[in-house]
Amino acid sequence: MEYEQAEDLDFADTISEKQQKKAYEVDFTVLPLSEIVATQSNSSNQVAGILGVTQDQAAALLRTFKWNKERLIERYMETPEEILEQAGLDLSDNHTSIQKRPKGFVCTICFDDDDNGSAVGLKCGHFFCQPCYEQYLTQKVAEEGECRRILCPESGCSVVVDEPTILKVIEEPIVKKYRKLQDKAYVADVDTLRWCPAPNCENAVECRLSHSSFSIIVPTVACACGSKFCFGCGLGDHQPAQCSLVKLWLKKCADDSETANWISANTKECSKCQSTIEKNGGCNHMTCRKCKYEFCWVCMGPWTEHGTNWYNCNRFDESSSTDARDQQAKSRASLERYLHYYNRFANHEQSAKLDRDLYTKTEKKMEEMQRTSDLSWIEVQFLKKAVDVLTTCRTTLQWTYAFAFYLAKNNMTELFEDNQRDLEVAVEALSELLEKPIEKEKIAELRQQVLDKTVYVGIRREVVLEDTAKGLAEGRWEFRVEPEKL
Amino acid sequence: MAKPMFARRLSKELNDLAMNPPAGIDIIDANDFKVWRLGLAGAPGTLYEGEKFQLEFNFGPNYPLESPQVLFVGDNVPIHPHIYSNGHICLDVLYNHWSPVQTVASICLSLQSMLSSCTSKERPPDNAAYIKTARANPKHTTWAFHDDTV
Repeated sequence: MEYEQAEDLDFADTISEKQQKKAYEVDFTVLPLSEIVATQSNSSNQVAGILGVTQDQAAALLRTFKWNKERLIERYMETPEEILEQAGLDLSDNHTSIQKRPKGFVCTICFDDDDNGSAVGLKCGHFFCQPCYEQYLTQKVAEEGECRRILCPESGCSVVVDEPTILKVIEEPIVKKYRKLQDKAYVADVDTLRWCPAPNCENAVECRLSHSSFSIIVPTVACACGSKFCFGCGLGDHQPAQCSLVKLWLKKCADDSETANWISANTKECSKCQSTIEKNGGCNHMTCRKCKYEFCWVCMGPWTEHGTNWYNCNRFDESSSTDARDQQAKSRASLERYLHYYNRFANHEQSAKLDRDLYTKTEKKMEEMQRTSDLSWIEVQFLKKAVDVLTTCRTTLQWTYAFAFYLAKNNMTELFEDNQRDLEVAVEALSELLEKPIEKEKIAELRQQVLDKTVYVGIRREVVLEDTAKGLAEGRWEFRVEPEKL
Repeated sequence: MAKPMFARRLSKELNDLAMNPPAGIDIIDANDFKVWRLGLAGAPGTLYEGEKFQLEFNFGPNYPLESPQVLFVGDNVPIHPHIYSNGHICLDVLYNHWSPVQTVASICLSLQSMLSSCTSKERPPDNAAYIKTARANPKHTTWAFHDDTV
């Protein structure tokens, strides 16, 4: 009986695990700097045991092999001397790099001919005075950011300065810098690691997916510091579009941006009274101050057509381009098509920025709510949560337009656009709700509405991402790009 | 201007250049440890025989740990596949293959040998495009060394 119970529990665990992992999520771990240092010494300890060298020597060997243990051990077994030389290592103890200057010594860097003092040199026999050697190494580390292969200062000499010599010669602050560079090089060398791109964040993220899989997986990871980024390319989260497509899109935007810029500047004219309007909030439902005309900021059509059952703001009408007869009309149509997607892409990017401004407004609102109602601080957190979800969804929406730009017109694409539209409608509804002024007696109602809409928007986003991620894995999407570019 | 610890090195280099200069090299102007101007004569029996060129050396505070800035100046910039018409020189020892053991004299010798091994006097193929965009200091250019034979 007890045994059965245990099994039941196990079963429940696996189910919840399966439910947690979505098709668009990838496994990753956040590594703080201390752990990055620890994994390096773990690896070198292990290699030191196998090859019978000290831990520092093993670390130097691993660095020359970009921390590929298997390859290092295999090559080391074949030709140990060659590998040691490559790493600038000398296993014999009789080699001392710092010596007393011999009689008649002249340093060929500073031309100092004083016999007193010490000189530094490697097994190649090129000796220089210690101050010059220190300056040379300091220059390499501090100015040139070199830590992997610092060569003997002699012209044309390819002997690598070994780590013990470097540490003996340079001063403490430079040693720190040297260690930091080594950690940096470690993360850069290991394919499964990437630094968090957020400023002042010292974490790295480990993701064990192979880089070749990034054409069908969009590996968005989240650092402990809160920043979300793509493990494949290091840019900000760009789900659902894959890295190669993002690269194409950004290049295209950079090329065409000037044209697009003047067309979609920050101001637009009210389509009824022609007053110039600046958008100062995240919602696309605009009301002209002057003539009270309500319209959609994206398509400039009347808002009445958007709120209810039909919403075609996200869909580009392809039939209009089919009657393009000559080349001019065709190129105009292609620019128009691009602008259709670019405007929506840029609009959501801009709205996401404005939504972040909403944060400050929201904070004020939260304070106001605590004062005017009997809600506690914890209970007004739903507003902050809603703004968080809203910005995340805007970013997702933004990239769905880059994704859609490259999709061929077929049934799959139509399904995708349906999902995209559902998300967009939900996002605009939530955005509008958050901008509304608070009425004291309606706070409870507002809270419920915001909570419901936040959950709904989150679900719509999941649907879009789940579908696109599965489609990528199955190869279901047909792109308008030559496959070799993706 | 060189750091004090390296002033001795430059004064010794200057002394050596004045006392026994390499063939075809003479000092035009070297009054401080900042900028030197040297004359370089085309070696006999080469395409540059009889020609006179002027070289400018600019020493930074980290010379000789960092390479000096070296370029051809004056009216006559040698016509050579590795020398741009603005005087910039594409020679690896001046940039990423610099070693603090190199000296002004050794650079001059490298340049002499670069000129001497030239078989046809012509500008680099990308000269027109390069001089339009290049910055004054050749060390700011990312050099790619295509050809080690000339």
